[in-house]
Amino acid sequence: MGLGRASVTRRRLGTALLAAVPLAFLLAFFVWPVGSIVATGLFPDGRFDPDPFRRALGGGLPGIAWFTLWQAAASTGLTLLVALPGAYVFARFDFPGKRLLRTLATVPFVLPTVVVGTAFLALIGPGGLLGFRLDGTIWAILAAHVFFNYAVVLRTVGGLWSHLDPRLEEAARMLGAGRWRTFTTVTLPLLRPALAAASSLVFLFTFTSFGVILILGGAGLRTIEVEIYRRTTALFDLPLAAVLALVQMVAVTGVLLAYARYQERRSVEQSLRPAAEVARRPRTAREWGLVMGTLLPTGLLLLGPPAVLVARSLQGEGGWGLEFYRALGEPGRTGARLVDPLQAVGNSTGFATVATLVALAVGLMAASVIAYRRGRAGRWFDALLMLPLGTSAVTIGFGFLVALDAPIDLRASWVLVPLAHALVAMPFVVRTVVPVMRSVRTRLREAAAMLGAPPGRVWREIDLPLVARAAAAGAGFAFAVSLGEFGATAFIARPDTITVPVAIFRFLGQPGGLNFGRAMAMSVILMVVTAAAVALIDRYRPATLGEF
Amino acid sequence: MLEVQEATVRFGGLTALDHLTLSVADGEVVAVLGPSASGKTTLLRAVAGLQPLDEGRVLWDGTDLAAVPPHRRGFGLVFQDFALFPHLDVGRNVEFGLRMQGMSAPQRQRRAAEALARVELAGIERRRVATLSGGQAQRVALARALAPEPRLLLLDEPLGSLDRTLRERLTGELRGLLAGLGVTALYVTHDQQEAFGLADRVVVIDRGRALQIGTPEEVWGAPAGEQVARFLGLHNVLDAVVEGEWARTAAGPVPVPPGTPPGPVRLLVRPSALRLDPHGEIEGVVRSRVFRGDGYSVEIETGDAVLEAILPRAPGVGEQVRLRAYPEGVSLLD
Repeated sequence: MGLGRASVTRRRLGTALLAAVPLAFLLAFFVWPVGSIVATGLFPDGRFDPDPFRRALGGGLPGIAWFTLWQAAASTGLTLLVALPGAYVFARFDFPGKRLLRTLATVPFVLPTVVVGTAFLALIGPGGLLGFRLDGTIWAILAAHVFFNYAVVLRTVGGLWSHLDPRLEEAARMLGAGRWRTFTTVTLPLLRPALAAASSLVFLFTFTSFGVILILGGAGLRTIEVEIYRRTTALFDLPLAAVLALVQMVAVTGVLLAYARYQERRSVEQSLRPAAEVARRPRTAREWGLVMGTLLPTGLLLLGPPAVLVARSLQGEGGWGLEFYRALGEPGRTGARLVDPLQAVGNSTGFATVATLVALAVGLMAASVIAYRRGRAGRWFDALLMLPLGTSAVTIGFGFLVALDAPIDLRASWVLVPLAHALVAMPFVVRTVVPVMRSVRTRLREAAAMLGAPPGRVWREIDLPLVARAAAAGAGFAFAVSLGEFGATAFIARPDTITVPVAIFRFLGQPGGLNFGRAMAMSVILMVVTAAAVALIDRYRPATLGEF
Repeated sequence: MLEVQEATVRFGGLTALDHLTLSVADGEVVAVLGPSASGKTTLLRAVAGLQPLDEGRVLWDGTDLAAVPPHRRGFGLVFQDFALFPHLDVGRNVEFGLRMQGMSAPQRQRRAAEALARVELAGIERRRVATLSGGQAQRVALARALAPEPRLLLLDEPLGSLDRTLRERLTGELRGLLAGLGVTALYVTHDQQEAFGLADRVVVIDRGRALQIGTPEEVWGAPAGEQVARFLGLHNVLDAVVEGEWARTAAGPVPVPPGTPPGPVRLLVRPSALRLDPHGEIEGVVRSRVFRGDGYSVEIETGDAVLEAILPRAPGVGEQVRLRAYPEGVSLLD
């Protein structure tokens, strides 16, 4: 058939063009830098050197890998367990302050890991507020991971849950299933796509956890990511770091592929209802009890650490006050380097803007390819785009410094920082937009074609407007991610391109109450700005479902 | 003029369209009538260009459309679920096709208003499509498809999702609208009332093949074979041997139309051709009865056969009855 072949060829060509930009972006700013690091490590003189592998196996790598794996699994399970009741309450009930609470619950997720670690240290570290020490134990790490990832489950699972047709559960009840049977046989299977998305994300984040473990893990507990950092910066053992980065990437790729494959197979069209129709006011005392019993402990868990942070930032040497905030006005000396907090704030917002624009442009193109091209190629592309999320930020940052000197030397340029941020933020844009794109019914596109719209016009007239809200939410995420990025920026930021998280870390590393206080004050400012970004996301959150 | 020649579409092992041939003359409304999964929608999508053919051709005025993508065919399509664009209001939905033609905004708005007025929805341009009732959405979908003045209008069970009363009313309106505009249309439905009410010609299809093509009167009056008869709801099909003006059947003697040659045949006896008569030739026992408003549909067991009759008054279940068949409602099947 002539039509079949001609139109398929044209569509393939369009897809290829659309895929070319994200692919080029990934090649230039991900594959090339990371590949250079791995190559430098494994082929020191242009020849393969098996010695790092031998040393890795002997040097505690199996133990570190095992710890990385099981703490990620435990964190994922625990986060699901803690956050599912919250997801249910947020999905099915309306209560005063719900919007504000959901926004607040999302803030921890975009907090810089350095800030999270410090806040927990202030709670359960030496001289901590709670009076007992958990730092250096797995419990501190698990608690911080739950704190950090609660929002992922709340938004992903709760998002779908809030659109599930309650009549399906009512149908099950009428067919004789009890509350629990209804949950396990109807609700849970319907939530499975969101549960898979949330678990794989939380697993990914905790598997590559860096800042939290660096601060709370003490000397004994190390993930692969922390070990890469240690090998690179403290021991200058680049070959071993390269081996570790490779191991991590292989593991992460496996998880991502499994997830993409699962979503592909599982993507059933559900009849979703508007959230407003699903949620209602609690009616009975029992329901109010359920809502309050879920919200109060959640509130304590999520608001406790930031509250401690705020308290510490106001607790000056001369009593309570804005002393530390005033001190941000003048540059502070950290070691030999001068850190200007105001400049850091300016840099952070500027970089976040650029990173958001880049992530949005590249991410939208990538999302179109993934949403419209199913099958093996789409799956690989999807997994490849997610890879930066699972790659050691330290490796990416270091790779930028090593590799981006040709054809144009970008190493001294300020664009290095926003480019790195865009790389890490793009998966969020893609993940937010793809489900909405997929939910645009084929019928609508066909209707537009029948009314005379060529393929490109169909995309502009039908897909783009329907996806715009999801894109706005994705942009909010990209902005927040850029604001909080630490691992890569720590490597590539120069004194005049320093960002807020890096400034905080530098202040924290210095002795003295004033430096500590400045770190606290900057953390609070960062927290407020990210909260504002998240509030913006909530405003433009797609009315249908997204994965965040 | 639309011509579909030997159109064949296979989905894996399943043949959705099987060498189907039909044509639609200019200004003609042709209904494709068939049970669900008979290939109706596939046929429509193939004509629209949304479904490539594995074999065969679709021609417009003698030109093969194989290389013409859907958006350049100049055909309109009304989807079963309407597929109104949720992000556009009613007016912009109707204007969409005109905008694709590059028409200026004022002209577009005038044409859209006309199209809406034609379906008796004048003045609702600024309504959101989510707030429309089923009947309104159907009319908007029709107005949207008609506004660009397509050379062929394709309708995929456009009344299928509406309730019965509304469907019957809109069937009449649609007929008037299509005839008034002189639209050439291919109309797909599983509902014979709709097909007979709307179409100049009916194509009965099953399993992707055309079983009969003819005017509604021809199809209803002389179904081509048992399959068509049964699909039209005519289940009294009997093996018979014609002897003069009568035929012997398992149910008893049945009169045949004059001039029927003697020998073995298959007879179709319409339910309306059977009347209660104390001297009737057909003897049987009432097996079930269903009240239908204008009469009773009664199943009667006679000899080795079960006959359906439409009767003005209903004997009780289990009652012995005698029936007479009238030759006007008896026809031969091939």
